[in-house]
Amino acid sequence: MSPLLQTIIITVVVLLVLMTIAANLIWVERRMLALWQDRLGPNRVGPLGLVQVVADMVKIFFKEDWIPKFADRPVFFIAPTIVIITVLMSFAVIPFAPGISVVNLNVGLLFFLAMSSLGVYSVVLGGWSSNNKYSLLGSLRAAAQMISYEVFMGLSLMGVVILAGSFNLNDIVEAQGRITWFFIPQILGFFVFFLAGIAETHRLPFDLPEAESELISGFHSEYSGMKFGMFFVGEYLGITLISSMIVTLFFGGWLGPSFLPPVVWFLLKMAVFILIFVLLRAALPRPRYDQLMSYGWKFLLPLSLLNLVVTGLVVLLLK
Amino acid sequence: MLLSNLRTIWLTFLHLFRKAVTIEYPEEKEKLPARWRGRIVLTRDPDGQERCVACYLCAVACPVDCISLQATQDETGRRYPEFFRINFSRCIFCGFCEEACPTYAIQLTPEYEMSEYVRQNMVYEKEHLLINGPGKYHDYNFYRVSGLAIGGKAKGEAMNEDPPVDLRSLLP
Repeated sequence: MSPLLQTIIITVVVLLVLMTIAANLIWVERRMLALWQDRLGPNRVGPLGLVQVVADMVKIFFKEDWIPKFADRPVFFIAPTIVIITVLMSFAVIPFAPGISVVNLNVGLLFFLAMSSLGVYSVVLGGWSSNNKYSLLGSLRAAAQMISYEVFMGLSLMGVVILAGSFNLNDIVEAQGRITWFFIPQILGFFVFFLAGIAETHRLPFDLPEAESELISGFHSEYSGMKFGMFFVGEYLGITLISSMIVTLFFGGWLGPSFLPPVVWFLLKMAVFILIFVLLRAALPRPRYDQLMSYGWKFLLPLSLLNLVVTGLVVLLLK
Repeated sequence: MLLSNLRTIWLTFLHLFRKAVTIEYPEEKEKLPARWRGRIVLTRDPDGQERCVACYLCAVACPVDCISLQATQDETGRRYPEFFRINFSRCIFCGFCEEACPTYAIQLTPEYEMSEYVRQNMVYEKEHLLINGPGKYHDYNFYRVSGLAIGGKAKGEAMNEDPPVDLRSLLP
């Protein structure tokens, strides 16, 4: 099999699997939220309500796709696609199993960080082009939140890079096989990256850009139909992305006892973190905006710097 | 702060093992109390005759004016409604009609599945409202406690009623 064909097959399969996961996360989230709130959730359509996803998709495709007259049409169209494109691009560098990744980029980690920064454009442009003050407020919040959390998201990962000695995600996973899973030496880095990841996907409890109670769902107030759906799929893809990054960087990627194939280990670990995302949504209230910012700049940034300095020092001393 | 958040997350997680409070409606239904204010019925007295005496008190008490009726009499002087109509698309199930009714004729029941596709079907006529039983009050019979003479019951034959005194008689 030629390498080109192999790449194409892997790309298509990864794309299909990711879209399936993202779509089914609608069901997973609704069911799990319901269970944690002592309800049952959607259980009518098909066995366990699994076909609910199809029902939701049919519904959202047949909804009127209304564009407000005051909106900036081209930008309004482009904004929802950006989030999906950037998140899917980030998946290109993630190694799902040895040899199964779209590209084996030697600056994979930097590529991920760059792409997740670009994702901010989606929210900002969506809010701006809606020409609606609540949307604009939401997108301003999103921009400030995501850019400031981006800073120590990157910094918190530098400890991992120091330990592994590489920006290549494949090398990082293999280094975890040699040393140990990085959440043990990098527990602070894991902690900061996880919180920054929540803020980056603007999920609850850090969903201030779309705070329903104050901003009538913020940057996507004016969106309807499948454009709104794309923001949603983008959000679920974002959860999947952050979960798989946590697994790759801190929980040994595809590594695991050999009775299961590596891809299954990867997906299992990823599922656990996706469920933790949902659990956080079920459990925690949303902080005030100034609390979010001061928490980020005054607590998480020093913490990640400290983590970086201590990791560098220890690695130098052990050499 | 962090510890309290972690505790919240843990306690929320434990809810996974609780029984859901959901009642899966069409299959299981909640047991409603007997005094639930649902579908309105017209009841009959223990003899099997209509209790309603068409006094219009329910129509007057109704805050949304959803009850309309027309009084008439049979040849013995017993009053009954010629028609009795409740527009359930207006009814708010407040129960004021039941409270106003002097003869326990109009009663609210714990039935609530009354949805219709056509709005006109929400208008219930007397044949839809009238039931074959006494409802919540099994032994009450208005014409047996009232002094009015109707067919089959002359003056003085009601419960706790003495025979009428002949005022023109001199006998003690």
